[in-house]
Amino acid sequence: MSMQYKVGDIVADHDEEGYLTDITVWNRDLALLIAKTENIELTPEHWEVIDFLREYYEEYQIAPAIRILVKEMKKKFGPDKGDQKYLYELFPYGPAKQACKIGGLPKPTGCI
Amino acid sequence: MSTLHTVNKTPFERNALQSCVGHLSPGDALLMIEDGVVGARKGSSATAMVQAALASGGVYALASDLDARGIRPEDMIEGIQRVDYGGFVDLVAQHARTVAWL
Amino acid sequence: MAQKKKFLYVNRKAPYGTIYALEALEVVLIGAAFEQDVSLAFLDDGVFQLMAGQDTAAASMKNFSRTFKALGDYDVRKFYVERESLAERGLTVEDLMPITYEDEAEDYAEKPSIIPVSRAEMAALIAQQDVVLSF
Repeated sequence: MSMQYKVGDIVADHDEEGYLTDITVWNRDLALLIAKTENIELTPEHWEVIDFLREYYEEYQIAPAIRILVKEMKKKFGPDKGDQKYLYELFPYGPAKQACKIGGLPKPTGCI
Repeated sequence: MSTLHTVNKTPFERNALQSCVGHLSPGDALLMIEDGVVGARKGSSATAMVQAALASGGVYALASDLDARGIRPEDMIEGIQRVDYGGFVDLVAQHARTVAWL
Repeated sequence: MAQKKKFLYVNRKAPYGTIYALEALEVVLIGAAFEQDVSLAFLDDGVFQLMAGQDTAAASMKNFSRTFKALGDYDVRKFYVERESLAERGLTVEDLMPITYEDEAEDYAEKPSIIPVSRAEMAALIAQQDVVLSF
């Protein structure tokens, strides 16, 4: 079984769950490919969440738990987007989990 | 209800025993385990700390760890009680919480 | 719902040299999902975990000191720091990074999470807990 993502010249190792082994190799093309393996067509709404998660990670060095993501999204984008159902519609297998994987971040701590 | 404190490091290399003794509340018990039992020997630079703990509450040392290190009952600071694993469990059960000093 | 229990995480090791500090932080984050009454204690070398200006770039390690600033969102808002431990290391509270939380009850006012306490107060704090986890 392949444990690598390949986009053009970029080859990126990932673990058995699809998370990047080296998060520094992430770029937006790679995100498109990871999203495809997750059966997600990335829209601007998806990118809003991914970019938010990456900014959060940059600042705090962790990916937020889902309830924190909802709370923080509400603060930044309002109640329509700071909403669990909205986030699950974008990322059906769990927003924190799936969006982190596509965004090239480690699996959120405490996420089973 | 009182606290059981465990110390598993030698007082001659780490400050676990010193820090533990500095945070005892009246009635708290101290249990020395693993390398912590070397603090139970009398006549060392750590004896004063152990005596402070004895003044506060019970001080215990795990027999199997004492035996393994050749520390005989007559080598120990007076007042320290030897306990076996059953005694360890009893101590945990008798106290509201256990704090490990690592 | 079962009654909340008082959990105290005791941090006594400096960061980076051993895994204790990072492991403690991971357990705090995981434990936050259980919505208990959580406090963190920093004593002995544990106070070094909160030093301002940590830069791990050259050491190629994750600067997890920044994660402490996220804990307010996880309802972890009580960082008890022992004054004697600071003084023994030539430090004061001003050497620590500012850590705050937003108080929902007061229109998200920012409040300090760091609470300096004496050694005697730390001992009393330990005596109030249901569960004490040491790192």
